[in-house]
Amino acid sequence: MAVTLPNVLVSTEWVAQHATDKGVRVVEVDVDTSAYDQGHVPGAAGWNWTTELCDTLVRDIVPAKKLEELLGKSGIDNKTAIVLYGDNNNWFAAWAFWQLKIYGHEDVRIMDGGRKKWLAEGRDLATDKPSFPAATYKAGAPDFSLRAYLPEVQQSVAGKKAALVDVRSPDEFTGKILSPPGLPETCQRGGHIPGAKSIPWGKNCNDDGTFKSFEELKELYGAQGISGDQPVIAYCRIGERSSLTWFALKYLLGFQNVKNYDGSWTEWGNLVGAQVEKP
Amino acid sequence: MKPQDYSRRQQELAGWQVMVETYKLGDLYHCSIANVDPGARFARGNGATKEEAETSAIEKATRYLAQTRKFEA
Repeated sequence: MAVTLPNVLVSTEWVAQHATDKGVRVVEVDVDTSAYDQGHVPGAAGWNWTTELCDTLVRDIVPAKKLEELLGKSGIDNKTAIVLYGDNNNWFAAWAFWQLKIYGHEDVRIMDGGRKKWLAEGRDLATDKPSFPAATYKAGAPDFSLRAYLPEVQQSVAGKKAALVDVRSPDEFTGKILSPPGLPETCQRGGHIPGAKSIPWGKNCNDDGTFKSFEELKELYGAQGISGDQPVIAYCRIGERSSLTWFALKYLLGFQNVKNYDGSWTEWGNLVGAQVEKP
Repeated sequence: MKPQDYSRRQQELAGWQVMVETYKLGDLYHCSIANVDPGARFARGNGATKEEAETSAIEKATRYLAQTRKFEA
């Protein structure tokens, strides 16, 4: 077992004390893109995952140049400590974290508990959009060892080379529903990738939205045979819930070889000829 | 500003368990509704009163939830 890296998490109290420090930039990234406007951590920037953290012409992660522009206008340079948080226990904060690591940003952290904990604690909220002095940002060469593409997943299914972790809800895993309740159905078939283990993302978190301890996470994954001894590929529906599990496995448990399959079920569940398993 | 009158409760809506979260910021109440499993916010509403905000969010949530189909696993 590799060492854990607890410095990737900061508490709500730490953020309350340091949100506007020089060299620190707090950024909110939500599933519900209007949440930022309903009140955010004072001094925080807000990023929209549907327009700013993706390529809007090709289904892909944010291109390097676009990321450089986003970070630059957010007043972030290569030395800035970026603290991410968001709704749904940090789903899309983890998505942003994953992409920032792909492009090599060194100091990225997540506010443990996210927006839910901040609100529940009755902490200050601001509704104004802060402006930041423009900065220059240079993205690194993308590190795609953090990302799984379809061919690698197919090879893993065929050769059992990697452990597949399906982090969706049990009802999505079994094919009882095609999307989380209330959200649009985005696939043609329900079920899961053959051989995948069902470990819903929410099991990484406590009721207050904070991450579980190292020992609890180790037990959770160990019980399903996921110990870090073999490569792990996490997936969900569009790759954001699985980026949270990727974060927990890589940065809280210290697994070396963990990838996020962001094609996820919207790719596999729509793919002509792809085998689907239903328990 | 500090959020006021914060509340969070779980209830059933259109056959699904959802979490209703409401708070007041300034003069406006904000309500959001998330499914319990997996926990995604999918409807929200605003209003001058808590009831107005929640009624608006619940109306939208009920409409969205009605479109979620269940299949034999």
